[in-house]
Amino acid sequence: MQDEPTTAELVKAVAAFLRDDIAPAISGGHGAFKLRVAINALDLVARELTLSGASDAAENVRLAQLMGVHGTLNDLNRALSDEIASGAISLSSPGVADHLWQTTMEKLAVDQPNYASYRDELARKPSS
Amino acid sequence: MQQALSRCVSRWCDGATGVADAKRLSGGASQETWSFDILHPDGARGAILRRAPQGYGAAPGRAAGLSAEAILMQQAHDAGVPSPQVLHVLVEADDLGTGFIMGRVDGETIPRKILRDDEFAAARPVLAGQVGRTLAMIHDLPMADLPPLRAMTAAKEIAEMTGEYRSFDRPRPVFDLALRWLADHDPGPSSDVTLVHGDFRHGNLIIGADGIRAVLDWELAHLGDPMEDLGWVCVNSWRFGGIDKPVGGFGMRDEMFEGYEAASSRRVDPDRVMFWEVMGTLRWGIMCCGMMQRFRDGPDHSMERAMIGRRSSETEIDLLRLLAPRG
Repeated sequence: MQDEPTTAELVKAVAAFLRDDIAPAISGGHGAFKLRVAINALDLVARELTLSGASDAAENVRLAQLMGVHGTLNDLNRALSDEIASGAISLSSPGVADHLWQTTMEKLAVDQPNYASYRDELARKPSS
Repeated sequence: MQQALSRCVSRWCDGATGVADAKRLSGGASQETWSFDILHPDGARGAILRRAPQGYGAAPGRAAGLSAEAILMQQAHDAGVPSPQVLHVLVEADDLGTGFIMGRVDGETIPRKILRDDEFAAARPVLAGQVGRTLAMIHDLPMADLPPLRAMTAAKEIAEMTGEYRSFDRPRPVFDLALRWLADHDPGPSSDVTLVHGDFRHGNLIIGADGIRAVLDWELAHLGDPMEDLGWVCVNSWRFGGIDKPVGGFGMRDEMFEGYEAASSRRVDPDRVMFWEVMGTLRWGIMCCGMMQRFRDGPDHSMERAMIGRRSSETEIDLLRLLAPRG
């Protein structure tokens, strides 16, 4: 077990330093643009470190149920991809649409929590 | 650069005394865009150089090539499409690589400004109609005069995207779902084949207070189903938050269709437009994955490219909204 602070806490602290102390000192130009991208990247890393443990575990449980076998996330996703490509599994197969929606929402929560489509879907009631 | 441009300009612009204020605007390793002013006793004239530097002559698979771009831009300009005037196509003696020089058009290309700033408040309500009219004019350019271009169909596009997606060797069930849907819903080759701009969207349109002033970037032009351009401009990634206004975040499909049909004898096929919107959404998703691949493989290991890889999930939620909408 590694010591504290956690990696998420460290990354958040660095992002806050860049945002609050460095960004105001760099005005305009390519440097300011790249700094914004860098801060966005660190924010994304912090979200993934915080959220992906639980979401990966839940995705694995759903995939194992859908595919009827156990395996790594990569193997199970590959199996699902292959079955969708071959037509063996489709949107009308039980649980498939719900699984794809939940997995996609979990990805957006990390990648782009301010994306308008995601905000719009979050405001809806989940279908299940 | 300034010196090379001065020498070049003196060859074809009578009375030009030089160039000033040459600066690089953007572009990757294979293509550059430069802005500069041509100095002339009658007054300075803004110009843009678009070029592939020496050693980058070969165009990648999908691209029409800079010489084809110059011809298309000039033909569009002559036909009345809002378009920069092509001033000069580079020749060997210019020693500037391959490419062309065009007149600089004043206006804005940054989507957030176009969608939010007061300056464009009067333009926004008329933009969707202008998009339709402009696309109709592009699709009506006489086929016989066009430079050599790729001929594309939905089936070819699906096959190319499938190959590219498989080459990433990373499973994305939503992409497989979309590829399957596209194959199942392919309406077949269009009976009507025209010039297709191929990348008509925010970023490639110069917009002023009066609306569209210029269509840029003909790099992905090809021959195919004219409805493709109408679908691509509606892809959610180009709405920049204005998700209830499918056309670029500023207008409705019906306004675009009306503008299109008012300017052309060609009719809009809304089902085909929707098919191409799904195709376009997936294509942008695969392009994002391609950015991630080029970040990993190099030579451009930039963080911007890496972060675009994390935009592929935005196309997954948009594909689900199109193909498996919730309640």
